[in-house]
Amino acid sequence: MDLQTLTYLVVGASFVLYIGIALASRARSTGEFYVAGKHVHPLANGMATAADWMSAASFISMAGLIAFLGYDGAVYLMGWTGGYVLLALLLAPYLRKFGKFTVPDFIGDRYDSQTARVVAVVCLILISFTYVAGQMRGVGIVFSRFLNVDISVGLFIGMAIVFFYAVLGGMKGITYTQVAQYWVLILAYLVPAVFISLQVTGTPVPQIAFASSVVDDGGFLLEKLDRIVTDLGFGAYTSGAKSRTDVFFITLALMIGTAGLPHVIVRFFTVPRVRDARMSAGWALLFIAILYTTAPAVGALARLNLTETIQHGPVGAVDGNLAYEERPLWFRTWEDTGLLRFEDKNADGRIQYYDDTNPDFAATAREYGWRGNELGVDRDIMVLANPEIAGLPNWVIALVAAGGIAAALSTAAGLLLVISAAVSHDLLKSVFAPEISERGELLAGRVSAAVAILVAGYLGYNPPGFVAQVVALAFGLAAASLFPVILLGIFSLRVNKYGAIAGMVSGLTFTLSYIIYFKGVFMAPFAENVSENWLFGISPEGIGALGAALNFAVAIAVSAVTPPPPATVRELVERIRVPS
Amino acid sequence: MSTNKRTYWQDNLRLVRFCLTIWFVVSFGFGILLVDVLNQIQIGGVRLGFWFAQQGSIYAFVVLIFYYAWRMSVVDKAHGVTED
Repeated sequence: MDLQTLTYLVVGASFVLYIGIALASRARSTGEFYVAGKHVHPLANGMATAADWMSAASFISMAGLIAFLGYDGAVYLMGWTGGYVLLALLLAPYLRKFGKFTVPDFIGDRYDSQTARVVAVVCLILISFTYVAGQMRGVGIVFSRFLNVDISVGLFIGMAIVFFYAVLGGMKGITYTQVAQYWVLILAYLVPAVFISLQVTGTPVPQIAFASSVVDDGGFLLEKLDRIVTDLGFGAYTSGAKSRTDVFFITLALMIGTAGLPHVIVRFFTVPRVRDARMSAGWALLFIAILYTTAPAVGALARLNLTETIQHGPVGAVDGNLAYEERPLWFRTWEDTGLLRFEDKNADGRIQYYDDTNPDFAATAREYGWRGNELGVDRDIMVLANPEIAGLPNWVIALVAAGGIAAALSTAAGLLLVISAAVSHDLLKSVFAPEISERGELLAGRVSAAVAILVAGYLGYNPPGFVAQVVALAFGLAAASLFPVILLGIFSLRVNKYGAIAGMVSGLTFTLSYIIYFKGVFMAPFAENVSENWLFGISPEGIGALGAALNFAVAIAVSAVTPPPPATVRELVERIRVPS
Repeated sequence: MSTNKRTYWQDNLRLVRFCLTIWFVVSFGFGILLVDVLNQIQIGGVRLGFWFAQQGSIYAFVVLIFYYAWRMSVVDKAHGVTED
């Protein structure tokens, strides 16, 4: 059977599974629609959270990012896992005890203010839409690369699938499809990783392969990688290029951002008890860690494979570089997609892949007769093409396609649900139409989920800027707006509505302006995005941490000079601090 | 707030502080601020600072959450505030 047919079959089978689950778990009440009736087992919720959390970026892009960033890739590894510690210790159990449906529910009730509720809704919608645009784009990209259809067709199919189970099943439908999607995506990630670890290091466990020696010459994987990339002028793999300050702040911003993402927080509203919320966070991170500890091994192995394929002989020797005519089949396939680009700058018919931006290496390269780097590599290729580079069977490639789609769909569905709940519950039921019936609210929830899918599809087709940077934006905003006021709402009795509103608005404004200043979302940037221009040497990716600090400071300062919150709020806080 | 609930909250805060200290040390400490120092030590084919940044901190996070959940269930029982 050819690859195309096989991929259609595997992806199609996964869709049948998701739709089957959606039909079996339709939501019949608002409680089921928003929080799956709070009946989800903590283990199942852990899996659903893991799928919800691990997006197209985690699945497709992260290992490739690490492959090219080396040590600096740690910002994603630690940043996107460490947030769960904050979530489990500082937010999840208390929000579960609070017992309502949404994040704005908590902010509105705790700060006893409709304004705070609406500001929280605005933050939530801004965060979730920026994030979901990236996911829909991811669905489109996977479809177009593996199934040879246009990005818009892929997007449309993805929207239709999400529409089916998010609109029909709400949180209940999403939860159980996410459990299935977790299995699809983790299998799709592990199978090629295990094969490649085995080929290169002789051990099947990627986490061990990472610290092992390579089969062919007996040296350690990471030492060999350091050697071959520095021979080509690149920075050593195990030391990074970013400043320590920037690594620190990006990691912190991603951690706080993770803990402040509404679609992640709300998953902990679905378990039966407070102690389930704590355990469930542990399960979630365990399931996430399986992929996140595999990714650095995949990154290192892929970088080694790619570099050795191109530079297959001694550096500087004429026949040390791969002749373009002898390029392997996978090279040709991925050239067609534009993810690999070759330009023969010195017209020798061979591929030179080195760091032509490194001034210390320029003289050496000239000596070799090299006229600039000739290979453009899109980082996404590291996961997508890995099975082909390693020569794995077609069913593995088909599985990777299904895994990429599962990762993107599960995250998109979770995001769309919090958007629809924010509209139907927080805006309609809590603010504009309090007398609405349960049936009316449920219908409003379904309608707003449908509208959100259409908007997300549009954003996926016309993404506002480069997808990776809009995701960075979502984390910065979540860190700077929601996390601080939720945390203070639990751990402080003194912070009041004035503090919370001022904190959210200042954190959000500061972070958004800083990112737009350097990245120019919807417009041209105001300044070049280089470290000389940054505030305290912090890049736009890490600025959310400073935005969060500003939010905390403003919230506490403003509360100190305004009246304390009423007794009812005090009672609410004391109630959520204790499980029973 | 009753005395029991107050001591419950103090016990919780103490545990949270302890866990967050470890959280900070393994990631920001070992993985970032002290990475060069720890990189002097090599275990197997990987230097320790680099390992903490890309592997070790994640394992520590997982253990920390389960540890916190387990300790809190003990604290809940000791103060008689468990659900059901």
